[in-house]
Amino acid sequence: MGAIYRREIGAFFSSSIAYIFLAVFYIFSGLFFSLDNVAAGSTNLSGVFSTLFFISIFLIPLLTMRLFSEEKKQRTEQGLLTAPVSLTGIVLGKYFAALTMYVIAVSIIWIYGFILSIYGTVAWLTLVANYLAALLVGGAFIAIGLFVSSLTENQVAAAVGGIVCLGMIFLIDIVASFVKTGWLQSFLYDLSFYTRYYEFTCGIFNLSSVLFYISTAVLFNFFTVRVFEKRRWS
Amino acid sequence: MIEVRNLTKHYGDKKAVNDISFTVNDGEILGFLGPNGAGKSTTMNMLTGYISSTSGQALINGVDILEDPIRAKSYIGYLPEIPPLYVDMTVHSYLNFVFDLKKCKLPRRSHLKDVLTLCKIADVENRIIKNLSKGYKQRVGLAQALIGNPPVLILDEPTVGLDPKQMVEIRTLIKRLGKNHTVILSSHILSEIQAVCDRVIIINHGVVAADDTASNLSDKVTTDHRIMARIDGPRAEILQAIRGLDGIKYIRADMEREPGVYEYEIEAEPGIDIRRDINRVAREHEWDILTLRTMEMTLEDIFLKITMGENIQLNQENKKGDGK
Repeated sequence: MGAIYRREIGAFFSSSIAYIFLAVFYIFSGLFFSLDNVAAGSTNLSGVFSTLFFISIFLIPLLTMRLFSEEKKQRTEQGLLTAPVSLTGIVLGKYFAALTMYVIAVSIIWIYGFILSIYGTVAWLTLVANYLAALLVGGAFIAIGLFVSSLTENQVAAAVGGIVCLGMIFLIDIVASFVKTGWLQSFLYDLSFYTRYYEFTCGIFNLSSVLFYISTAVLFNFFTVRVFEKRRWS
Repeated sequence: MIEVRNLTKHYGDKKAVNDISFTVNDGEILGFLGPNGAGKSTTMNMLTGYISSTSGQALINGVDILEDPIRAKSYIGYLPEIPPLYVDMTVHSYLNFVFDLKKCKLPRRSHLKDVLTLCKIADVENRIIKNLSKGYKQRVGLAQALIGNPPVLILDEPTVGLDPKQMVEIRTLIKRLGKNHTVILSSHILSEIQAVCDRVIIINHGVVAADDTASNLSDKVTTDHRIMARIDGPRAEILQAIRGLDGIKYIRADMEREPGVYEYEIEAEPGIDIRRDINRVAREHEWDILTLRTMEMTLEDIFLKITMGENIQLNQENKKGDGK
């Protein structure tokens, strides 16, 4: 797992993906930071955090798209799958590499917090909870993106597929708002990534949401392992 | 040591590999021969745990590849048909990655240096794999398989894309490795198999068509009682005289190769050497024998013979032989 993790981190930075990902992430988060906080004179970073959710929908698939699809295309997966490592080790090595990139990106908010603290009081505890929520959502999204990448050998298909999947997850909320059947609506809201995330940006720390995101990540990583397992047995 | 028992792989209805069994002993180099699509790569992929078998077993040093894949894989160095190279990395960082991936315990620097020297890629160590020629890529692929010094090497067409000089070098290298490794080598190139391998398995349509040493294999198919003779003399008389010899099964006059000289295909009962008799007859009639040779077969002929439909018969003979 360690070898794969290190190789992927190296590959992110030796290709342009890491730079494009970080640059776009910083541009958009910085844009909303300057509009919501600097221009509006507010120290409440919730607005920035809720836009992070949308940025992630588009950027995380860029991060995960080549992780497995490229291995398949270049036939390098044969090297990985015949090496003395477990499938779980391979998947997690790649997962944590992408997660590391995401952590580097999201950690920019500490700089925003620091800038704001010069001019006013920042609710640091809320910021910590928000940061945690962003990481959890990112962790779940990366697992989904990785799963999509394992299904195809085309990077572009993996990216588009990932964006579509994450977009649909976001649409759950909109669908839920139109559903009038009480139990179905509450069920959809339970499934909603955004509603749970929104709670965090309001400063509510809900343990069940934490578990929800973690189990999503675990589930999709498990699916990815199964994809390889299945291919081997078919 | 590699033991393969009744290994079978189905893709849907298609039987890619059907009930293959063989054993490769320590320090043996086994050549895998077969036309395209015969199941060579599929078998190798099953041995290395890349794909699973539909039924049957593959044991690497006594460890079942499906039951304890991680341990079994740690015994194997595998060079697939297309070397699994990360083309954006340098040779150095790629081999370092493989070293880590295989959780190799050997001293890193000296081991990598050994492998680089062995595969003759030390001069391209810091170049990006993408920019290397096919031959160099192939050798990086081989280096990758050698990292960790695994006791079993499985090489799928290792000399593809190399120039003749490099081919000879790689063959020499494989031969040297074969002294303390168990090697399975697949190839289309028969002379390569003949030069390198102790034993040959010919696979055709997913079944083992022949399994023997290269020389035994040629004995099996060669019939030293079959002779090609070019005799200067009247055709009808020659035919009659030779037919009159003991143990002649069949004689046929072939083409007129030289003016008035025909070539004769003579087959005696198996085990009878009739060359001397033919000579004696010729002397008695004062005919001149211009050529006399037994119809020996090269591995190439055997390969064609076996893969062109005679495989089943030979296979049965093998099985009979095993039964005895």
